[in-house]
Amino acid sequence: MSKSVAITGMGIISAIGNNVEENYLSLINGKKGISKISKIDTIHKDCIMVGEIAYTNADLEKSLDLPADHNYSRSSLLGAFAAKQAVENAGITNMAKYRSGLISASTVGGMDMTEKYFYDYIENPTNRKYIDGHHLGDGTQKIAKLLGIEESFVSTISTACSSAANAIIIGSRLIKSGKLDRVVVGGTDCLSKFTINGFKTLMILSDTYNTPFDDARKGLNLGEAAAYLVLESDEIVKAENRKVLAYVKGYGNTNDAFHQTASSENGDGATAAMEKTLRVANLAPKDVDYINAHGTATPNNDLSEGRAIIRVFGEEVPPFSSTKAYTGHTLAAAGGVEAIYAVLALQNNVIFPNLNFKNKMKEFSITPETSLIKKELNTVLSNSLGFGGNCTSVLFSKKP
Amino acid sequence: MENTYYISNYCSIKNGKASLNGNSQITSSETEIPLVLKNIYKELDLNYRKFFKMDTLSKLSFLAAEMLLKTPTEAIEERDIAVVLSNNASSLDTDRKHQKSIADSTNYYPSPAVFVYTLPNICIGEICIRHRLYSENSFFIFDDFSGEHLFDYASSLISSKKSNEVLCGWVNVDEENYEAFMYLVSTEKSKIEHTTKEINRLYQEL
Amino acid sequence: MSELKEELKTKIIEQLNLEDVTVAEIADDEVLFGDGLGLDSIDALELIVMLDKDYGIKLTDPKDGKKIFESVNTMAAFIEANRA
Repeated sequence: MSKSVAITGMGIISAIGNNVEENYLSLINGKKGISKISKIDTIHKDCIMVGEIAYTNADLEKSLDLPADHNYSRSSLLGAFAAKQAVENAGITNMAKYRSGLISASTVGGMDMTEKYFYDYIENPTNRKYIDGHHLGDGTQKIAKLLGIEESFVSTISTACSSAANAIIIGSRLIKSGKLDRVVVGGTDCLSKFTINGFKTLMILSDTYNTPFDDARKGLNLGEAAAYLVLESDEIVKAENRKVLAYVKGYGNTNDAFHQTASSENGDGATAAMEKTLRVANLAPKDVDYINAHGTATPNNDLSEGRAIIRVFGEEVPPFSSTKAYTGHTLAAAGGVEAIYAVLALQNNVIFPNLNFKNKMKEFSITPETSLIKKELNTVLSNSLGFGGNCTSVLFSKKP
Repeated sequence: MENTYYISNYCSIKNGKASLNGNSQITSSETEIPLVLKNIYKELDLNYRKFFKMDTLSKLSFLAAEMLLKTPTEAIEERDIAVVLSNNASSLDTDRKHQKSIADSTNYYPSPAVFVYTLPNICIGEICIRHRLYSENSFFIFDDFSGEHLFDYASSLISSKKSNEVLCGWVNVDEENYEAFMYLVSTEKSKIEHTTKEINRLYQEL
Repeated sequence: MSELKEELKTKIIEQLNLEDVTVAEIADDEVLFGDGLGLDSIDALELIVMLDKDYGIKLTDPKDGKKIFESVNTMAAFIEANRA
């Protein structure tokens, strides 16, 4: 049993940087990673914008030193890259020394390769190796093997846009209950036609830069990213004299019970998730210093989430912003990406601006922070709200 | 898991027959699933327009849950009922329907309303939406009915105070075959004890 | 025009599985979404697919859909004006 859950390492690759430091510099300099799509040949290329990672698959293969006959999808490449970074960042040299696990999230898995080679498989055996890499668990297994934790507890989470946040919850609970001493948690999703076409069909993709919480918001930009955190028990922190970056203080995962693809009008699920998180953290709403909102910039999400925030925080809504304007919506990775941004906010005592915001929403009076704010922060709440009403909040804090 | 829990009610829909606690309630002379389910819907005298938009697995699960939970009330919401369902055909029935709509590349019009049901746990969603259950829920895919797994999961949910009651069951639709078996696990004492043996016995009785 | 409206009502009932609604029950100016027929966002997508499939009209901005799908009247007028 561990009383607290310490974050001791972080790794990330996103449209705004190939490591934690680069992401942080982009965040404080207001540098967004949204552009026209270049790596996927889609018929929608002229009417969508995405958060694309600069590294090609070849760059990632080289960095991971993979053999020529590997069958990594882009999600697996990104995931392996970021997870490795997180473990190095934590200073872990001997994974087997403690009971270690991996909880990895994805919604796309090996879909990018399937899209590329599906019709080719029948005729041509060369690329059939990617069939085994299609399912979501394959990427998790690859990462586990790479990190040397394949013999331990390894699991894959796929709960749409709340996936990585739920991976953080499961990892934290495994540590708190004493089942594991160390868990690498996070998520990875690359861009794919599958997600582009799916979201296009739902008509929630913006044809320009996404504008979270703006009255004139037109929808989201999809993004690709992988982000992992190393969670460790009190025992490891003490024995290894670890530098703790922040703590996972509270969490809540709830069910909106409303609709397959829409959030309830008043954000019932999101409200319950934030309230549950505060209960687990044993904190009051006034103790939250900053909210990194889900803020996808779809008409439905921002209205529902905004109302939920007002329901939880009443008259005193803490400063909030969405960082989706920087990275795009990175789906299963979003909860991991934003967990790292929450930790960066705590470490540096800054609130990141909600880029592209101009017009206050007519339904309520709250508005996001639009410039970089220096402020002493002790707690940051991060929301991840998924399709199917899967709503998750996680609270990060400086103190255990 | 020392505590003893009880099966307060159970129901089934199979071979055109809907039964509650072992007693036949509704018998349909129809053989096709959609017509059987429509019959049961009419007999239960429900007025829920969304029913007709559901896929077969959701309709089947919805009706079984309706027999156990009855008309939604605030009291049901407060009972904090978790939902744990299982099957072995996942959402194949609807997956096939979706596949058919995209098989012809010259006549390519996938239906969004079909697509949203290409996941098995959507049937849990329909039950949660109907009865306002904001509770814990899980859907498992097994080779065969597993009373043992359902027993463990439900017992753990109640003993760890994740919920007060658990709506458990097996809901399966595969081509012309269908069956639903659902039961409510509760802490309140009743005739049937919540044990793997009893769960399997009730399932075998179908 | 009135023929098109009747056709649309039949199609709406069929496409959206409105089993308990008849053509006669849908007024030309009845609000389809929200309080009226109670259609939701998935229904809206179905209607967009129907416009494409049956009338060869492609909608790209869902916000356009809001006005077009307000009632059978507005749908018919839009189809008349845009059909190939």
